[in-house]
Amino acid sequence: MVTIRSREWSVLIIYIITAVLFLVSLCADRRKTSASLKVALRRFTRIAPSFLVMLILVAVVLSLIPDQLLIRVLARESKWSATLAAAGLGSVSIMPGFIAFPLCGLLLERGALFMVLAAFSTTVMMVGVATFPLERTYLGTPLALIRNMVSLVVAIIVAIAIGFCFGELP
Amino acid sequence: MSFLKRHPWSFAIAAAFAVFMAVSLSTGFAFGQEVGGTFLSFFVQMCRVFPCVFVLIGLFDVWVKTETVEAHLGHGSGPLSYLWAVLLAGTVVGGLHVAFPIAHALHAKKAKLGVVLTFLSCAGICRVPMTLFEASFLGWRFSCIRFAVSLPLVVLSSALLARWFNHRQYHLPSDPD
Repeated sequence: MVTIRSREWSVLIIYIITAVLFLVSLCADRRKTSASLKVALRRFTRIAPSFLVMLILVAVVLSLIPDQLLIRVLARESKWSATLAAAGLGSVSIMPGFIAFPLCGLLLERGALFMVLAAFSTTVMMVGVATFPLERTYLGTPLALIRNMVSLVVAIIVAIAIGFCFGELP
Repeated sequence: MSFLKRHPWSFAIAAAFAVFMAVSLSTGFAFGQEVGGTFLSFFVQMCRVFPCVFVLIGLFDVWVKTETVEAHLGHGSGPLSYLWAVLLAGTVVGGLHVAFPIAHALHAKKAKLGVVLTFLSCAGICRVPMTLFEASFLGWRFSCIRFAVSLPLVVLSSALLARWFNHRQYHLPSDPD
């Protein structure tokens, strides 16, 4: 599939960039480079437990929300209830773009509105209930909480704008 | 045993999950196996991107001077700093969870809060590979409108949030663990 290939490419590019920068750094200053590896390792071991918990939460949440339920909720009759449900579902489900957008494409074929998909995809990308425990270790609870709430509002505004532009509103 | 003391919850959740997986696998519990499969696929994806992310953060930490970041992204830097944040976010691979450690590294180098928040949210909505996906499944018109609406809102809300939190002398956790 084309979609998965483009992700493979972006990962490859990141590896090439990292390798080049690392080699340049190694040639420029051995001591600094080994210090950088120590920094990398320290940061990783500090955050690894939170990441593990996030992965577990994501796996459980994603398995609890089956595709069939998504389709049933998001392809609903009422525009507004579908949009709000989409924003809610998008907030709790975390999935990489290469799963979320093909799913949006599928939903579009099943008759979901563009504004509903906008609410869903934007909240998937910006609002993270399952990543919240991780986010609060970095930002602190109040800031993480408010950032997510503001992102939710932004997603709804985007959905409304998309609705107007695609003739789904008013 | 310091690990146990520092992360009692993480350890409890991980242990519970390990037991759940062991039971699911031995009894053939379908839901448990699905969870396990999802967990494994995400885990593999993370493992592919993570070495790079943390090596890059390490290099950034050693080579980039705090003064440089402060001058371009810190307090007193102009509106251009937000543009840098957006462009930087565009290159992130993976999503929010990958952006958190990078955002924190930026903040540790004295980037201002508004820039850090812009970077985070844009890592959600402005990633280049992700936008290609979006456009291929929902069309370029959708992507263009979404960009035109969400980008200004994100930058504006980040700047306002930063102002509000700075006003209240808010400090980010200094050393996440």
